Order: sequence, then C-alpha cells, then structure tokens
Amino acid sequence: MRKLLKPKREVGIVGYGAYVPMYRIKAEEIGRVWGVSSFPIEEKAVPGLDEDALTIGLEAARNALKRAGIDPKLIRAVWFGSESKPYAVKPTGTVIAEAIGATPDVSTADFEFACKAGTEALQTAISFVGSEMADYAMAIGADTAQGRPGDHLEFTAGAGGAAFIVGPKSSETVAYFEGSYSYVTDTPDFWRRQHEHYPRHGNRFTGEPAYFHHIINAAKTLMEELGLTVNDFDYAVFHQPNVKFPLTVAKILGIPKEKVLPGLLTGKIGNTYSGATMVGVSAVLDIAKPGDRILWVSFGSGAGSDAFSVVVQDAIEEKRDLAPKVKDYVERKKYIDYALYAKARRKFIL
Amino acid sequence: MARPMQVSRYWRHFREKYRLIGGKCENGHVFFPYRPVCPVCGSKNVEEYEFSGKGKVLTWTIVRNPPSGFEYYKPYPLALVQLEEGPVVLAQLTDVDPEEIHEGMEVEAVTRKVREFEEDGIILYAYKFRPVLK
Repeated sequence: MRKLLKPKREVGIVGYGAYVPMYRIKAEEIGRVWGVSSFPIEEKAVPGLDEDALTIGLEAARNALKRAGIDPKLIRAVWFGSESKPYAVKPTGTVIAEAIGATPDVSTADFEFACKAGTEALQTAISFVGSEMADYAMAIGADTAQGRPGDHLEFTAGAGGAAFIVGPKSSETVAYFEGSYSYVTDTPDFWRRQHEHYPRHGNRFTGEPAYFHHIINAAKTLMEELGLTVNDFDYAVFHQPNVKFPLTVAKILGIPKEKVLPGLLTGKIGNTYSGATMVGVSAVLDIAKPGDRILWVSFGSGAGSDAFSVVVQDAIEEKRDLAPKVKDYVERKKYIDYALYAKARRKFIL
Repeated sequence: MARPMQVSRYWRHFREKYRLIGGKCENGHVFFPYRPVCPVCGSKNVEEYEFSGKGKVLTWTIVRNPPSGFEYYKPYPLALVQLEEGPVVLAQLTDVDPEEIHEGMEVEAVTRKVREFEEDGIILYAYKFRPVLK
C-alpha cells in the first residue's frame, strides 16, 4: 500500500517568498505584565496596526513572484492557509490574487488546519500541477496568531508568513519535491470555537499525543516510503511552536541540532502558525546549496502533520537574491512595550 | 461614527489601490490615478500603467485628529510621495516613527489595511509607503 503522495509529473518550487512584520515584543516584557519569569522564546513579531494575515501573505506572495519571474496571469491557483483570516466569510485568496494580478483565470480558497493550513495548501498545489491540471499554483501560509492575554501561548503567538509558487520541475525550479505524506488523527489538543476571540488548548496534552506523535510518524513514514534515512538530509524544518519542541523532535529522530537551527526562527519571531515551517524552509532556501535535501514537517493541531522531502536545485543561486530574505525581515525590528503591543493587537475599545 | 460604507465605490478602485495602477498616454506621460484623458496633453489614447512603487517623500504631516474610521491609527503620517516615474501620490507612510521621516526619504509601496468599516463592514486595503528595506 503506497502511502507516499507523489504526482506523475514532477513538481518543483518556481519561487518562494517570506514576510515578517517589523515590530517585536520581548518575552520578558510580556512576563513583566503577567508575573512570569521563564520564557519559551526570546521575542516575537507583532503585526503593525495596519497588518493582518492577508497583508502578510500578500507581501510574501509578491516576493515569491519576484523570484519566480513568471507572468502572474499564468498562476491557476492562489490558496491561502491561515487560522487568522481577516474575514470569517470572504476568501482572503481573492484579494491576494487580485493584488498580484492573477485574476480572473484562477482558483482561490482559504485553507484551515490550525498551524498546518499552509502546507496543506502546498500539497494541494503540488497535486494541481502534478496532475497537469495547471502549470503554476501558489500556496501561502500566514498568520497573526492569537493568544489569550496572560496565557502561556501569548509568549509565542507571532506573526509572519511565506508563499510558494509551484510548477513542473525544470531548470527554472529552485528545488523539487521528492514526495510528501500526511498523517492525521482526531486529536483535540488545541481549538477555537466559532465567535471566540482566543483559542484553548489541552495544556500538557498538546505535546506527546499531538505534536510529537504526528510529526515523528509523518517524518518516519515519509523517509521509509522514499527509502531515505535522516543522514540523507542536510536540513530539517519542523513545526516550531517554541524552540524546545523542534529540537526535541530532532533528537528523537537522530538529527543533529546544526541541521535544524537554520530553519528555526521561533526564538526571534514567535510561532507564525500556518507560516511557521514555510518561513523556516524559506530561510533554509536562502542559504542552501544545490543538491541539499530538506526534511520539512509541519504540524497542525486537531491534529496532523504534512511531511515533504525537498531537493535544492541550481536555480536557487540566481533566484535567491531577487527578493528580500527571511534574515532581512528578522533583523528589521523595532521593539514595542506591552501598551503599544496591546494597541497593535487592538485590545482597547475606542 | 463612520460614514456609511459604499462597497461599490471602493470596489471600483481595488486594482489601482492594490497595485498602484495609473495611466500612460500615447505621448509617454504617466499619471496616477488612472484617468481616461491624459492630464498633461489631453490625449484620449491612454493605457493602464503599473508603477514600480519606489519613490521619495516630498513633504509630510502627522495626523493627530483623524477623520472617523481612522481613530485607532493615530498618530499617523500622511505624505506626498514622488514616484520614481514622476507622479506625486498622497498616501500614508507606515512602519516608521514620525521622528524618522525626512524630506527625500526613499520609500516603497506596500499594501496595507487602510480602513475598516465598523466591526461588520468591509476592510479596505490599499497602498501605503514604507522606508525601503535595507
């Protein structure tokens, strides 16, 4: 029984792009307000007052388009994954597709699966191109994550996103997909009910049976199906709700820390939810060499993981400088205090 | 209280507001926003023209008593930006503190949330300018 998801036509990444807002709040500043003194990360990105998951996804999409160098009219799908969509009903993808000039010959939809909505959109985009239904499709993952003030999630709920344009594997693709795999069970580790402002989580229940179980099974099955071992990978990007979890996964799988750190950004920007592994993989593509192989495993609460094996190609060398890199955004920062953060997150009633 | 939302009025300009699309006439004059007649020479042979989004701040002010619908953003900078292609655009600056703004500051267009019509209305996205990255 084949479990690997692999289309007949080989598919690669034509362009990728990321975006992270410039505002940062230090974890200790959040801790000052709520009387907490140990933190899962150093600081996190906060969206500006005029930013939301759509504007974040849009800048990432424009960066992906710069690297792809294709006419946006050739893009047949703009799929957007997020759990912080600006509208409850009205697709975010329509605005992004219009803004990048991809309308009207295009399919759009918003995907939701907690933190893995972006990779879910990507897997769908791969199938769209792999089946030859279309030549180009875009998948975006972006979030302005919500955390209840005072809850420990507030320390990590960040903002950022990334976009990938996939197309048939060629000398124009910066990397190609060897295959992907999805591992999903019904595990209620984290959720947000309709009309609620903040999500709830199962505290300790979010670790072992949810995050670790799904990521490790997804990674192992993908490698078995592809006949690869951890030693075949030069980089690994795991979902990063904090800094500790992805490093623990690497340890369990026997992957050295050095292969994980280049794509581990949570300590500096927080957990960007649907954007998390996509921003991480973008950061790896910013520095990877042709021939490098990347293990990429997302996790979405609820719960499931999407795993991909990606091999970097020659075109990365000429395309990576065509748009700002993840590092450019991570290093562009302005610290704000809790009062400005509360304003940016619109906690005041005017 | 915010003014009543006029969806059609905003929808008509989505493309030019998201992508900074103006016009270019047969004699090479470029202008923003788009008009069917060239404001320079009167030519009616006008095509759409997408600007690069790069420009410089000519002058600016800080809005501290904003019109309704913009209260949450105050204080915010409003500037005249000269695009590298020539036209001058009135727009908000973003990702910048008032004291960092100066004449000639190099800026680039981004698409941001400009206005929300109450809690249940449409969200208006449009161009703003920020200091160029790096």
